[in-house]
Amino acid sequence: MLRFITGRLLQAVPVIFIVITATFFLVRAAPGGPFDDEKVVLPEVKKALEAQYKLDLPLHEQYLAYLSDLSHGDLGPSFKYPGRSVNEILFSGLPVTAELGLYALLIALIIGTTAGVFASLKPNTAQDYIPMSLAMVGICMPSFLLGPLLVLVFGIYLEWLPISGWGAIPGDKILPSITLGAAYAAYVARLSRAGMLEILSQDYIRTARAKGLSEWQVVIKHALRGGLIPVIAFLGPAFAGLLAGSFVVETIFQIPGLGRFYVQAAFNRDYTMILGTTVFLSTLIVLFNLVSDITAAWLNPRLRAQFSGGER
Amino acid sequence: MSQTTGSAANLLDQAEQGSSLWQDAWRRLRKNKLAVAGGAILILLMIVALLTPWLAPYNYETQDLDLGATPPSAQHWLGTDIFGRDLLTQIMYGGRVSLAVGFIATAVALLIGVTWGAVAGYVGGKVDAVMMRLVDILYALPFMIFIVLLMVVFGRNVLLLFLAIGAVEWLTMARIMRSQVQSLRQQEFVEAAISLGLGPAAILRRHVVPNALGPIIVYTTLTIPSVMLLEAFLSFLGLGIQPPQTSWGLLISYGAETMEEYPWLLIFPGLALTITLFSLNFLGDGLRDALDVRGSKD
Amino acid sequence: MALLTVDSLQVSFTTRNGTHQAVKGVSFSVEPRKLTAIIGESGSGKSVSCYAMLGLIPTPPGRIDGGTALFDGRDLLSLSEGELRAIRGRDIAMIFQDPMTCLNPFMTIGEQLIEPLLVHQKLPKKQATERAIALLDEVGIRAPETTFNAYPHEFSGGMRQRVMIAMALINEPRLLIADEPTTALDVTIQAQILKLIAELQKKRDIGVLFISHDLAVVADIADHIVVMEQGEVVEQGAPSDLFSAAKHPYTQKLLDAIPTGQRVSTLTDPKPLIEVQQLRTWFYPNAKAAPVKAVDDVSLTIHRGEILGLVGESGSGKSTLGRALLRLAPITDGQVSFDGTRVTDLEGNGLKEFRRRMQMIFQDPFASLNPRMTVYDTLAEPLLLHGICAKSELDRVIARLMDDVGLAHSFIRKYPHEFSGGQRQRIAIGRALATKPEFIVADEPVSALDVTIQAQILDLLMDLGSEYGLTMLFISHDMAVIRHIADRIVVMYNGRLVEQGSTDQVFNAPKEAYTQSLLASIPGAALQ
Repeated sequence: MLRFITGRLLQAVPVIFIVITATFFLVRAAPGGPFDDEKVVLPEVKKALEAQYKLDLPLHEQYLAYLSDLSHGDLGPSFKYPGRSVNEILFSGLPVTAELGLYALLIALIIGTTAGVFASLKPNTAQDYIPMSLAMVGICMPSFLLGPLLVLVFGIYLEWLPISGWGAIPGDKILPSITLGAAYAAYVARLSRAGMLEILSQDYIRTARAKGLSEWQVVIKHALRGGLIPVIAFLGPAFAGLLAGSFVVETIFQIPGLGRFYVQAAFNRDYTMILGTTVFLSTLIVLFNLVSDITAAWLNPRLRAQFSGGER
Repeated sequence: MSQTTGSAANLLDQAEQGSSLWQDAWRRLRKNKLAVAGGAILILLMIVALLTPWLAPYNYETQDLDLGATPPSAQHWLGTDIFGRDLLTQIMYGGRVSLAVGFIATAVALLIGVTWGAVAGYVGGKVDAVMMRLVDILYALPFMIFIVLLMVVFGRNVLLLFLAIGAVEWLTMARIMRSQVQSLRQQEFVEAAISLGLGPAAILRRHVVPNALGPIIVYTTLTIPSVMLLEAFLSFLGLGIQPPQTSWGLLISYGAETMEEYPWLLIFPGLALTITLFSLNFLGDGLRDALDVRGSKD
Repeated sequence: MALLTVDSLQVSFTTRNGTHQAVKGVSFSVEPRKLTAIIGESGSGKSVSCYAMLGLIPTPPGRIDGGTALFDGRDLLSLSEGELRAIRGRDIAMIFQDPMTCLNPFMTIGEQLIEPLLVHQKLPKKQATERAIALLDEVGIRAPETTFNAYPHEFSGGMRQRVMIAMALINEPRLLIADEPTTALDVTIQAQILKLIAELQKKRDIGVLFISHDLAVVADIADHIVVMEQGEVVEQGAPSDLFSAAKHPYTQKLLDAIPTGQRVSTLTDPKPLIEVQQLRTWFYPNAKAAPVKAVDDVSLTIHRGEILGLVGESGSGKSTLGRALLRLAPITDGQVSFDGTRVTDLEGNGLKEFRRRMQMIFQDPFASLNPRMTVYDTLAEPLLLHGICAKSELDRVIARLMDDVGLAHSFIRKYPHEFSGGQRQRIAIGRALATKPEFIVADEPVSALDVTIQAQILDLLMDLGSEYGLTMLFISHDMAVIRHIADRIVVMYNGRLVEQGSTDQVFNAPKEAYTQSLLASIPGAALQ
């Protein structure tokens, strides 16, 4: 197992490196410098600014300098917010986005698996059709549509819940979390239903019934372990999706998190900020993928034995 | 002699008509009302998209600033936007773009993915290992963020959008195709074809591809909606389609800004997108059941 | 008094295509301390009857339409799910056909083993564990303590079936239902498991209901045999009566289908067609691991016109050897020559011409036909590829092939999934014969088929063999089949040839210990 983990880690290193390099050169290749659209910048001032941000150096030296900074965990200064470093901005947004993501993930997992498992127990009955139809709605109703609709109904017409902010007014975390989590709850529901149906048709489930286990024990003890592995493996991609989703949700609900900073940086052409955020988020995504892969593999005794290598 | 040819000619005429797997699948699909409805709506949407310049009730660019935003009425079935433009017309033109992105980017993904996967799966060995390792690495890249980055850096270019989305989606296509080809290669009927002396090209064409088609069709149908979602997502953020062009994502984004006063500007484009996604997903699920495709990814 | 009395049991399944009566009024009984066997082919309703009694068929689509099943004075069919559950795994236990899929791969052997104890007797875990370990020992598992904490994938099929038996017996049931418990196992393992079941039954005083498709398997162990065909019991009685004086024609047909007799070679002047010298096929799963020696240093000769039987258990390398001869499996080292030509050197057109002269028939008729090609397309492919006949002659040649393999002309536009297993195997044989080959490798061609169909296909192969003047390598795990069909026999074990000789020599004077144990494992001594 240890070999598997180190193997995967080693695989992740080049991926992260590719991300850093590709992002760096992409950003540098962008037409127009960061200070071009500022109207009244004197040539001397511009020059001084460029020197300050090392933009006057040859490209490869800029790259090496960036890598060297990065190795100390320094993502550099922000172009658009003088005096603030990218690190500071990221770490002010991270807790908010992390909390939002966590709530969304919890909603997705709890509602998703429950609905999926229940649907799989009585396939092709109302118990299956109703949650699965809802899941279909969840998949076809993207967050950027669901969010505004929820705001419209619960915020503006019914006036039950606040429609923006994060942690300022009680209840303002509800709508963003639901908006972000709904689609993933739908995916998880479909995945867990499919996984459970697959497992429930296996011969060993019949063995368990023949032993006199109740339907409930069969599901909990025998089916869930295998049936939910696809859900665990989905957590990696889901995490990446949640981060991207936070771009939209944080914009809709005006939440000061990473996603909103990223979108703002994109519009402001704040290149160091874009670069820094991309590198940071990508590393997070790659690592989370790793964790979910390893967990899914760990849950399967056969794979676990293979990875520990050698022993039978 | 004439008698033998006579009986030989009869051989096919008198035979009972068999029913191929495709025919069986078609029969099952037709029984699935949701899938049929999805397919019908989709065909309708495609016809409308193709004929939009002739069908649209108003000119796409005509503004009527005095009129401003009006709710649905007899003249403007779905109302008008804040510039007094007819919303139905906007949605029809937006649909052209959204559907085009969906279909073209999926076609790009299909072309690259199927070729890549088929070669890797059939050649096998080291070639396969290298090709699939590359897919693995690309797979681990956070593409969503990369697409955003691309759009930021190179401007909001539709062609780039097609390429960028296609570049992400081909990975899964390649994996599916490869696993199909690999498992088919081990089937006894492919071994039988080898032992008959058939060459690799003929084996791929006659024995492998026809049998790998089912999962590819299903996955293609399910890729289109996810591509359309991605486009809408980017357009919503202002990073996708740019005015004067429009798309459903962009219309939803405008609608969201003004939904308090003019909710129809959010609801109708949203409805258009949701109905299309529903149709594609129901059709895809129906095809999955009809073609009996199990599992999805690896 | 009987342990279990089933009376007029009726079960049906309702699907989109209508209602199908799977079991049509079946009656039989199981006596305590006796082994009752239900015999039937696929679709006879033998398994459905037993599963239905215990509430183990999904309802819907299944439905019990009538009848009673008295166990212990209670009618199983009228019990509630809860009451039935209290009986399942405690008074009535089951073992199943495929031990590879019947154990939960996500749980340790021990967890699964003690489950019936925890559920029914609410035993403390420690006590349950002790009982389980003792029982593992009793069913012949070495190192039961380590086994207890291992996962199923770490064991072979035979070992897993022992675990299944232990699991079934752990609550001291009074009735054991065994559904084809040895069908998925090798012959030598089958013999061990049959012996184990018989011993445990005597020792523990339990009634056994043994479901099988194979009369030979139950012949030695059954006290009472029930023969089922298409949902009905056609005949039942003591084995000796049944075998000596079968009343129903179907029973007679089953008995006739058992391959018997020994082929006497009619080959007078043997000339070698195929010569194999020190053939090796080694697989390298990864760079570091030791190679898997699927075929190791095999030398043999196949004479023109003979049927050479190749016997071995799973993993012996017999299929790989057959495929290597046809250049379908890689050859690591050694030589194969066919009619004087070195097959190993052939490439391109030379190889294609050679492929025309050698063909293969596969085990699984469901996998060996392209599901998207009609019979016509399947048969036409080799004919056109090798230019065997002119386009204008194609229909006539195909018609002739279909006659040869016994398929009606009206089937010609049908697809593989519209046929039964036996019919598909006929199509596959037709395809192999289309190129008019001189040599055919038949890899377990009848082992996926029902017994009566098996007999038909064997006869067909023997007839066609002499009609077409074929030389054949017939690969099988079934000694009775081999004895019936082969002129000469080679025995393979762990990639090596351990014995070869005429059928008479191998069966009547085997030299090697492994061959002797194979022969001793052949079931159905009572039938001879």
